[in-house]
Amino acid sequence: MSVHEQFAEDLALHALGCLEGDERATLERHLEECAACRRELEQLRGDAALLALTASGPRPPTRAKTRLIDAIAKEPKLQPGVPRMPWWAAFGWVAALAMIVVVVVVWNQNSRLKSSLAVLQGLSEQQGAELERDRRVVDTLTASDAKPVSILPAKYKSPPPEGKAIYSRERNGLVFIASNMLPLPAQKAYELWLIPAQGTPIPAGVFKPDARGSAVVINPPLPAGVEAKAFAITIEPERGSTTPTMPIIMIGAGG
Amino acid sequence: MAREVVPIHPAQQTVLPLRENRSLSTAAQNQGLNDGALISAIRSGNQDAMAQLYDRYSGVVYSVAFRVLGETSAAEDVLQEIFMQLWRNPGAFDSGRGNLAPWLAVIARNRAVDMLRKRRPQTEMTETVVSVEPDMAGDADRGRAVEKVRAVLKEMPAPQRSALEMAYFEGYSHSEISEKTGEPLGTIKTRIRTGLILLRKAIEAR
Repeated sequence: MSVHEQFAEDLALHALGCLEGDERATLERHLEECAACRRELEQLRGDAALLALTASGPRPPTRAKTRLIDAIAKEPKLQPGVPRMPWWAAFGWVAALAMIVVVVVVWNQNSRLKSSLAVLQGLSEQQGAELERDRRVVDTLTASDAKPVSILPAKYKSPPPEGKAIYSRERNGLVFIASNMLPLPAQKAYELWLIPAQGTPIPAGVFKPDARGSAVVINPPLPAGVEAKAFAITIEPERGSTTPTMPIIMIGAGG
Repeated sequence: MAREVVPIHPAQQTVLPLRENRSLSTAAQNQGLNDGALISAIRSGNQDAMAQLYDRYSGVVYSVAFRVLGETSAAEDVLQEIFMQLWRNPGAFDSGRGNLAPWLAVIARNRAVDMLRKRRPQTEMTETVVSVEPDMAGDADRGRAVEKVRAVLKEMPAPQRSALEMAYFEGYSHSEISEKTGEPLGTIKTRIRTGLILLRKAIEAR
């Protein structure tokens, strides 16, 4: 095991959720940089799960199931694959962006299907996840409060790096498409930040552009209902950061 | 941290089958499906699949919540909350990184401890990754592993078992445990770590 011994005990405490204060902050900073300790933490959490599974107690009452079934019946899910056609005519360019995402995803899918019969099962599962993701993309892009935001650097050469962020507070969705992004230093990545009207910047996805400088971030985990004042991009370690590292290299107002 | 980032070049994706779900419509059809298939069916709105999954794991979730909270009504609230979250966001469970039972157990424990400490949820479902070996997808496998862990806990020195349980089931911080037991902080840390490693070794030795 290549875990750093000075953190070995704190990792166990952290896995049980009982490490606090400065020790926790120090460990979390270390975890951002140390893959071995991250693996050990995951394993220790697995060990803790064994502890959880030893819990024994009474069976849940029958009414609990009835209560759950009644509750989910009141929250029917949207069936995937029902795009809202009138929107496409009104916002053609947004539709085009959505279609690019879909086409790229489907292209990836087809390439994999051709590569090996052995991965057919995995690809089938992937398609399900991607269809769901695509549905969420369309939901975000068609939201009544969706705002297209261009993010440009203060100084740039042609063609300039550019990012477009479409954010819906109502649907808690964010789609970000970047192009012409500059190559990154080793072990670094771009990180997108949602700058709220109040409070500190919120991480909104870490991304690395491909060889053409393009990248997409789709619906990163964000707290619900945040009003976006702006979006910004910084360069961070590959795993991302919890607070932006200056300087901000690109920024765009939330409109 | 950003698990939804999608580079334009081919990338690893979290996957769940969808195609087969569309033919699932009755509880009978869901019988015998593995957890991944049930999660996929839930993703497409199959309420029978949700009921099936509840039947499989409500006991695990309820037991953990009851162990932490010691009260049936509060445990029932945790049970309801967790299965509702799973209904709303079945993709939070990554079937490629572990089994559903230990994942739900950890989620239940975390939520129950948050409730015990009267605080807002500290960890999102989507951020919880639980890696347990060996495979615990089957009731029999899980039962054997749990019995082994219980045996190790029984043989463990009482102060060590107590430190583990105070941390995990009672939600105390390491400094609170030190304060309550009168033991030095370093001793508590060592007991907790070696206790967890003992559990791991017991399972690995199966």
